[in-house]
This record gives sequence, C-alpha cells and structure tokens, in this order.
Amino acid sequence: MSHAETHSHDHDHDHKPKGFVKRWLMTTNHKDIGTLYLIFSLIMFIFGGALAMIIRLELFQPGLQFVQPDFFNQLTTMHALIMVFGAVMPAFVGFANWMIPIMIGAPDMALPRMNNWSFWILPFAFTMLASTFFMDGGAPAAGWTLYPPLVLQGGHNLAFAVFAIHMLGISSIMGAINVIATIMNMRAPNMGYLKMPLFVWTWLITAFLLIAVMPVFAGAVTMLLTDHYFGTSFFNAAGGGDPVLFQHIFWFFGHPEVYIMILPSFGIISEIIPTFARKPLFGYVSMVYATAGIAFLSFIVWAHHMFSVGMPLGGELFFMYATFLISIPTGVKVFNWVSTMWKGSMTFETPMLFAVAFIILFTIGGFSGLMLAIAPADFQYHDTYFVVAHFHYVLVTGAVFAIIGGVYYWIPKWTGNMYSERLGKIHFWWSVISVNVLFFPQHFLGLAGMPRRIPDYSVQFANWNMWSSIGGFAFGLAQIFFCIIVWRTIKGKGTSKATDRVWEGAKGLEWFIPSPAPHHTFQDGAPVNDEHLAHVSSH
Amino acid sequence: MNKEKSYSSSGLKIFLWVALVLLVNGSALAKSSLNMTQGVTEFSKIAYDLHMIVLWVCVVIGVLVFGAMIYSMFAHRKSKGVTAAQFSHSTTAEIIWTVIPIVILIIIAFPATKALIKMEAPTDAEGKNIVMDMTIKVTGFQWKWKYDYLDEGISFLSTLKSDSNTARQIGSGINPATVENYLLDVDHPLVIPVDTNIRILLTANDVIHSWWVPEFGWKRDAVPGFVNEAWTNVKTIGTYRGQCAELCGKDHGFMPVVVNVVSKEDYANWVESQKGEQKVAAVKNNAQWSKADLISKGKEVFNSQCATCHQATGKGMPPTFPALDGSAVVNGPIDEQIKTVVFGRKGTSMAAFGGILSESDIAAAITYTRNAWGNTAKDAAQPKDVKKIKNS
Repeated sequence: MSHAETHSHDHDHDHKPKGFVKRWLMTTNHKDIGTLYLIFSLIMFIFGGALAMIIRLELFQPGLQFVQPDFFNQLTTMHALIMVFGAVMPAFVGFANWMIPIMIGAPDMALPRMNNWSFWILPFAFTMLASTFFMDGGAPAAGWTLYPPLVLQGGHNLAFAVFAIHMLGISSIMGAINVIATIMNMRAPNMGYLKMPLFVWTWLITAFLLIAVMPVFAGAVTMLLTDHYFGTSFFNAAGGGDPVLFQHIFWFFGHPEVYIMILPSFGIISEIIPTFARKPLFGYVSMVYATAGIAFLSFIVWAHHMFSVGMPLGGELFFMYATFLISIPTGVKVFNWVSTMWKGSMTFETPMLFAVAFIILFTIGGFSGLMLAIAPADFQYHDTYFVVAHFHYVLVTGAVFAIIGGVYYWIPKWTGNMYSERLGKIHFWWSVISVNVLFFPQHFLGLAGMPRRIPDYSVQFANWNMWSSIGGFAFGLAQIFFCIIVWRTIKGKGTSKATDRVWEGAKGLEWFIPSPAPHHTFQDGAPVNDEHLAHVSSH
Repeated sequence: MNKEKSYSSSGLKIFLWVALVLLVNGSALAKSSLNMTQGVTEFSKIAYDLHMIVLWVCVVIGVLVFGAMIYSMFAHRKSKGVTAAQFSHSTTAEIIWTVIPIVILIIIAFPATKALIKMEAPTDAEGKNIVMDMTIKVTGFQWKWKYDYLDEGISFLSTLKSDSNTARQIGSGINPATVENYLLDVDHPLVIPVDTNIRILLTANDVIHSWWVPEFGWKRDAVPGFVNEAWTNVKTIGTYRGQCAELCGKDHGFMPVVVNVVSKEDYANWVESQKGEQKVAAVKNNAQWSKADLISKGKEVFNSQCATCHQATGKGMPPTFPALDGSAVVNGPIDEQIKTVVFGRKGTSMAAFGGILSESDIAAAITYTRNAWGNTAKDAAQPKDVKKIKNS
C-alpha cells in the first residue's frame, strides 16, 4: 500500500467554506472544530494563568499588598475552574477532534453537527462564569470544590456558576458521546480495537468517565441551587441535611475528573516516546489494561479527599487501601515508558523533551500522591501547600506538559510548517526550570504547616513563597513565549515546510496524509494494513 | 544538525544540575523546620514516621527508575550511532514490576493501619479503651474559635490578636516581620494540662472549619450541625500554634489556633481564675450600665467581634456585609436590632451571637452602633433587655 493511494481522493475535495461565519461558526469539520477547541483552550490557559499571577504576586511577601482577602478567594476559585474546565479539558477535546478520526481512518467525527454545538457552548459558558467578576459580591469564592455552606453565602454568583457548569457538562457529555460513537463505529477496516493508537484508547476510556461523572456533578450543583433559592436542605443540617454529603457527591465526580485530565496525557506521551525512541511502545496491551484499571479505581477512591472530615475507621481504611492500588497500574505505565526508551535510538526534539519531563515530574506528583494516601499522615498534609504542590505536579508538569508536547508533536501536521526547534527548546528549558522553582518549594511550605487558600501567611513561610512567586512569574512568561512560537508556526515565520512524515520514527495513519492535513481526509475510507498502524506491539 | 545536538545535551546538563541542587537542598531541609514537625504527641510522631518511611520509599524508587531512564537517555541516543532494538514486551519484567509495588504497598499498609486504629479507637498497651480525663468543645465561627470546657463550665472566644490584625490590613505600613507571631497569635489561647487525655469535640456555627495544630499531629473538620470527635495527650509543656485549615470565607487565613500546654498545677490555678472571671461577667450581666460605659465597652467589643465584616467605619462590605452606618435596623426599634444580633440572620453570614457573646457585651456593642458614625437612634440597650429577648 503506497502512501499516495491512502489519500489519493483527498486533493479534489479540499473545499473549505468561505467566510468566517461559514468556516468557523457553522463548521462541522472535525479539524476546524479541533482548532477552535485548541485556540479556546490556549486563551483560557492565559486567562487562568493571569489570575494565578495575581495570586503569586499577593503571596510574594507576607502582609496584604494588592488584593483584599475576599477577592483573593475569588482568584483561587476562578483560577481552578478556568484551568480545569476551560484550559485542560478543552485542549484534550481539541486533540481528540483533530487526531481521533485521522488515527482510526475515519472521514470525520460520527456526529459532526453535535460536535459544532459542543464547542460553541463553551465560549458562552465561560463568558457567563467570568461575568461574575463584575457582579455585586464578585465571583464565586468558596474554592473550585464549591463546598456548602460557604458557597451558599456567596450571593447570585452561585446561580451563574451553576448554570455555567451545567453548560460545560452538556458540552463534555456531547463531546464524549461523539468520541465513543466515532471510535466504535468509524474505525477503518483492519483497525481492530487492539490496533488503535494508545491515544485513541485513552480517550475512549476518558469518554466513558465523562459520561459517568458529569451528570453527578450537575446533580450536586443543582442541589446547591435549590438549597440557595428554593428552600431545600440537602446540605443544611438545620433542615435535616448534611454538608458533608456534598463533599461525597463532589468527589465522586472530582476524582474521576482528575483522571479525565490525565488519561489523554498518557495517550499523548505513549505516542511521542516510541516515535523519538524509534522503537515500538513497550507493553501496549498492559498499557490499555492499566488505563482501564486506573479508570475503574477512580470511582472507589473519592473519600481520600476527605480523610479529615470525620469518617468511621472502616471508611478511612477502605479509601486508604483503594488509593494505594492506583499506584500499581500507574507504575506499570511509567515502567513501560522507560522500557520503551531503553535500548532505543533516541533524539530529543521538543516533543520528546516535554514527554521525558512529563514522565519524571508526573511521577514526582505520583509519589506525593502516594504519601497523601497514607491517612494518618494525611491528617497533617491535608489542605496544606503540600497538596497544592502535589496536584500542580500532576496537572501542570503532567497534563499541561503533555498538551504542550502534543502541540509540538502534531503542529507540523496541523499547519504544514515545522515550528522553530531552537525556540521550542528554549521554551522547554525555560518552562521546566521555572515550573520546578514554582512548585517544588510548595512541598516544603506545606510540610512546615502553611495552609492552602490563604492570602497572607506567617513570616516563617516568606522565603519559599518568594521563590515560588519568582518561578511563577518566569513560568507565566514562558507560556506567552509559547503563544508566540505557535503564532509563528501557524504563520510560517522562521520555519520550514513540514514533510508528510514529519518525524523519522513516527508511526500511525496521521503520518500518511499530507502536511498540512487536507480539509477532508479518508472520505472514501482508509485501506489500512499493518504498516500504517501506530506503535502497536506485534504479538 | 550538530547545532541541534549541542542544544539538547547542554540542556540536559543544566537539568541534571538543577535536579542535583534541588536534591541536596531537599535533604538539608529535611533536618530543618521545613520538614513535617515531629510534634509533641504520639500521633504527631506516628505521622512523622510514616511520612519519612514513605518519603524514603519514594526516593529509592525514584532514584532507580529515573536513574535507568537518565542512563538510557545518555547511552541510547541516535547521535551515538545506536540502532533501536525492536522488543515490545516481556511478561517476566511486567510481572516483576507489578508484584514488587504490591509487596511494598502491603508493607506500608501495616503501620498505617495500626496508626489509624490507634487514633480512631484509642486503646492502651493492654488493649483497654483509654479513659478521657476531660472534654473540650471547639466551635468554629467566621472567623474565630470558641472553646467550652464542658467539665468546668468555662467558655471563651479566641480571635486573632489585634497587633496582627492591624498589621495585615492593606496599606497598614507595618512590616509583618516586626509583629511577634504574625497571624499566629490570639487574644485568648486554649489552655490545657500536660500529660492528660483530652477528648476534643468539634463543631461549627456557620460554615465548615478545620482545627489544626501541626505539633499535635492531626486536623479535624468542624462541621455545622455535626459533632466530630478527636483526642490528644500532649507530653511537653509549651505554646503551640496552628491555623484553620478549611476554606471558610474571606478571613480564613486569619483565624489561628493557639494552645498553651501547662503543668497540671498551673492548669488548676488557671481554672480557678477563669471561674472568678465568669463570676465577674455574671455580675456585669445583671448590672444597670451607664450609657457612657456601654459605648466605651461597646466600641471594644465591636472592633474585636464585628469589625471584620461590618468594618470599624461601620460602612461594611456590601452586599455580603451590609453597612451599619445609616442602616434601617440600627436606626430603627432597638428590640429588632437585639433580635438580629441574638438570633442572627438565616441564609447570611450574620451569626447568632446570643450563644457567643455575653449579654453585657451584646448590649454594649448594640449601644455603640446606635450612637456611632452618622446614626441617629442615640439610645442604649441594657444587658437585661438582651436577656429578655434571648429567653423569649
């Protein structure tokens, strides 16, 4: 099967709709929708990052200098909501839209009109959420976890936040349905389940997690809404309710949610590492099982976020043991990536650098996660900066690094232009050093007793907070630099034309179509044989 | 091509150098106060020991895995002319790296389980239930703690000390470093005897708080409408400081916990003096006060208890915290204002102060607000007026 045959039908069908409205607002094209998701995510990443910069500015030294405590709480709350729901999740949906149909040889997503809708809900939802900053009483300030009774004191921002969450949930569920329908129905002949690229596998499992937990979250926030406006007492002890019930429901959503943000990262890393090691992915099948195992475990560990809430001994033991178990499939993944690198023939282009940093730094986040799982020690760690350090290691040097690595890996395919390797490497080293200056000292702060979500602190915490802020500003600037690199690549400035294959060791269907990818691919189906397959182990 | 290579290898060197500095730094800090405290109770020691065990397990695994990876990154480079091997699985290896973590986890699970049982179902060396010598009820408020000594009938509020509170305001011009125990000091610390089994009951009045003294080794949430139980036995006399650990609103960062652990004799003396003070307070509650006394006492009470929300200027922070200057309630019938303060406002941050402050303090604070700023009511409330409404 020659490369030309695979896409011989594509050239004549590259009719992009003319005009902004028709091309972008009314689009049903998976590549354009993927682009929209990715651009939206980048804007939200900068917006959420700007909020974080104000937080780090206030925490630069003890005493209050810039913001009032109430506004500080709005900043932490909105930073988290925007980063989780606006930056990380849409970025992965963007990758899914762009890559899944191409990777499985499908002409588009299974439900293209719904795809359009699930994207265009997002800008409205976030406009609604961000508008609360300008309301009387300001934005939600009870943390992204929205714990009652505190969140119910916040005034009418609650209604806006709840409806924004409903819209995000609808968008996510539609996106997930689309991913599942596409993968189950539109794989090219010969693309068996165990021949799919691992990125497709991780997204398939993520999509099921989304469908399972987004309605739970919607239910929880709806109960907040009725408690606030319609006199119900779900979470009000005086009316026979229980504030802790909300925490159980929230974390039943919240823990799978953090895996929704990390499983597609695993998929991206599993594409990048074999390419630059020029070696098949080690343990493909065990990678699939490990992903499914992590997804299953995510449903039975939620109360490890609540060890200090006053649970019975049996509950604490169960959630401690169940949480321990997660480290086993996660360990399998890390060992498999290292084994993929072992005895490979490696080069370290920017995507590989981000992938390698991901493995090391995500694993450090995993280690602190194992420490947090030890309930008697968690009575000390809980709600301190140790937790803040932990989840930023898994989400920033984990999920965000995987996203950035994925962008460098596929942007030549998306734009037809090679990014500047020199600028990419500067971006990498700048990011990886500053992000560690930013988050590593937060471990020390937490162990020394600094609680999270405080706008001001005792002077004993001053030194490491200053370091953390310096790292934060540097990391923030590095991401502005990243935007410039992306812009230059799109515009073809200081870059070269990308080849179809792009990377010497690249495998998978996406590398058999031209760069940039034509507007329509595989319209007449993709005849796939083994040479087109991704990094699947040959049993 | 050569240029590319030099970038990545010099970059690698920088990375390794940074990692080394962090590692050396980290192990030096482990000895200083930046590690978890060993504390002054059995639990804080247990938490510390578990923390160190798991930390070292992680360090060893990290060194092995990252070591193999970094070795591979140097040895198995294309620039060294290595051709890639094509193996893609090894059942033996996969079984080994599944089984070894399981064994490690089981080993860690034993001490962790023992520690949890000890905390939640306290028993002594012979397995007998430990008898609690005294009980203290801790109630979280926005943003202060209330301590009730259930056996002694002593009860008081504990709020951030005024020098910290002044220094923390934006534009205060006070350097926090010049304030002793900045943000970690209170007006009335909790006082407990050393070597005593103390049951601590936790609840909250408004939102969820979390009571935490790192040296005691645990934090536990104070949930409105529910009572949580924990216990402690402090072995060393001293003053221990902590903070609220659960986000509880705007002044979450400003409700410290301070515990004075004293000898049993000192504790007995302290209890006597507190009982004396409670008698004085009872006399004050039954006395008829002059308006001038009410206003001067009221200003003190208002500034320590009410000003965090309603502000010393009486302007509040609308809409969450309404202004009292010019307020319809403060300038209206006095009984309505007493009711608001005593019973609180449901669905808002306004707490029911009837169970928090003494009748004389409530009367004084109300009188102050009705005579302060531009308010025109200019009348006075007596403690007996407050008592009447409280009992109505």
